[in-house]
Amino acid sequence: MKHVVVLGGGVGGTLAANLIARKLKRAIARGEAKVTVVDGTGEHAYQPGYMYIAMGNERPERLHRPERSLLDGNVELLVETIERIDPATSLVTMASGAKVHFDQLVIATGCRILPGEIKDFETEAYHFYTPGASARLRKALDAFKGGKIVIGIAGIPYKCPPAPLEVAFLIEAELRARGLRDSTQLTFLSPINRAFTIESVSDMATPIFAEKGIELQLLAGVDSIDAERKVVITDAMEEYPYDLLICVPPHKGVQAMIDSGLAPKSGWLPTDRHTLQVKHLVPANTPDAEVPRYPNIHALGDATDLPLSKAGSTAHFEAPIVAERVSSLVMGREPEGKDARYTGKVMCFFEVGDGKGTLLQFDYEHPPRPPKPNQLWHLGKMVFNKTYWHTVPRGRV
Amino acid sequence: MAATITRTVDARGSFCPGPLMELIRAIKESEVGDTIAVWSADKGSKVDIPKWIEKAGHTLVGVESKDGYDEIIVTKAR
Repeated sequence: MKHVVVLGGGVGGTLAANLIARKLKRAIARGEAKVTVVDGTGEHAYQPGYMYIAMGNERPERLHRPERSLLDGNVELLVETIERIDPATSLVTMASGAKVHFDQLVIATGCRILPGEIKDFETEAYHFYTPGASARLRKALDAFKGGKIVIGIAGIPYKCPPAPLEVAFLIEAELRARGLRDSTQLTFLSPINRAFTIESVSDMATPIFAEKGIELQLLAGVDSIDAERKVVITDAMEEYPYDLLICVPPHKGVQAMIDSGLAPKSGWLPTDRHTLQVKHLVPANTPDAEVPRYPNIHALGDATDLPLSKAGSTAHFEAPIVAERVSSLVMGREPEGKDARYTGKVMCFFEVGDGKGTLLQFDYEHPPRPPKPNQLWHLGKMVFNKTYWHTVPRGRV
Repeated sequence: MAATITRTVDARGSFCPGPLMELIRAIKESEVGDTIAVWSADKGSKVDIPKWIEKAGHTLVGVESKDGYDEIIVTKAR
């Protein structure tokens, strides 16, 4: 009996488990293989929807469903918090003390937000990375009567790279509709030397900041907050006063990966960009070809260190590759077809406000060439958000 | 006189903006007067890192092209 253990019931873990179960259907029926998802909550969250709670058109209860309801009947679900992975003995230890043996391991544990890493973040700053935080931001926006809004980013990488830009554009549109635009100064602090990490997207977004009168500050990553003086201080030691501070909190990979010696202090798993196998931790200057890969451990989604968006879309397009490679290993054959290697494919929508959006579609070799924002792509995002439950986790798109 | 390098940040293999983020972390952990060398194979670093150094008020000691990467040396000034 070959046991495939998938850690995490988010987009990547759920879809990978369902696709693996489909590919191993006969082996499972013969009792030769088993697929188990281990998830700490047993609840599946549609995280891209959280931002819309703050924007006033989404409800938290619509963004969660029982994980069991999304899994193939051949996938078992174990609700446990993972504590440690031991590749040498092929065991995963749970917080309860239970141990699970794996023949193939898929790590889809996502990442953590760490607002507490910045003093006074939780009382002074607002964000949209949990339903609660997003609802709190909505209340703050409802109470806002004009003044200085600063939108910043405390560290890269973070989940859904376009999100803070989208929030800036959507809030600007909202303030205009509420008649508060003239009494509000909007400032966006980009931690890098352009508006967005990908140059072509930055080229598309920069004029939108100008059109909307949003002050764009570059090389201005959020470092700390002076709550008393109501100023945010950047890593270049510049100060920006605020009345309302919206900030992407620091992000890291999950602690269990660090504790297991699989990831460095950042928590991001070193991952092969094409096979999605987890790589051994080695000094930074080791040539990639010389870094050993764990033959039976794959990773996908936010958990990896790949230079791609930390977004459900990335996990969505990585899952078929993980499924093909893991099932081929279980069946003792070579991975085959278009899903044998990951090309870095990612596709996601980008809201620019006023009911308009654009589409970012790219891979390792081809940067995105976003079309001129229009209503179609905004509607595309709305439809995708609504139909997600019936499509993505089940592998229908 | 060449500055004595206190710490080397090997950010080769890290894509933009990784090397800049690594330098910012190293600066934060260093004392005023410390000199840090960043190694980056990302061509954007040669432009972005000196710009950040200037904005942050630190001292750019030099930028040197090495075998397949750039070495950017900075002294923490404040």
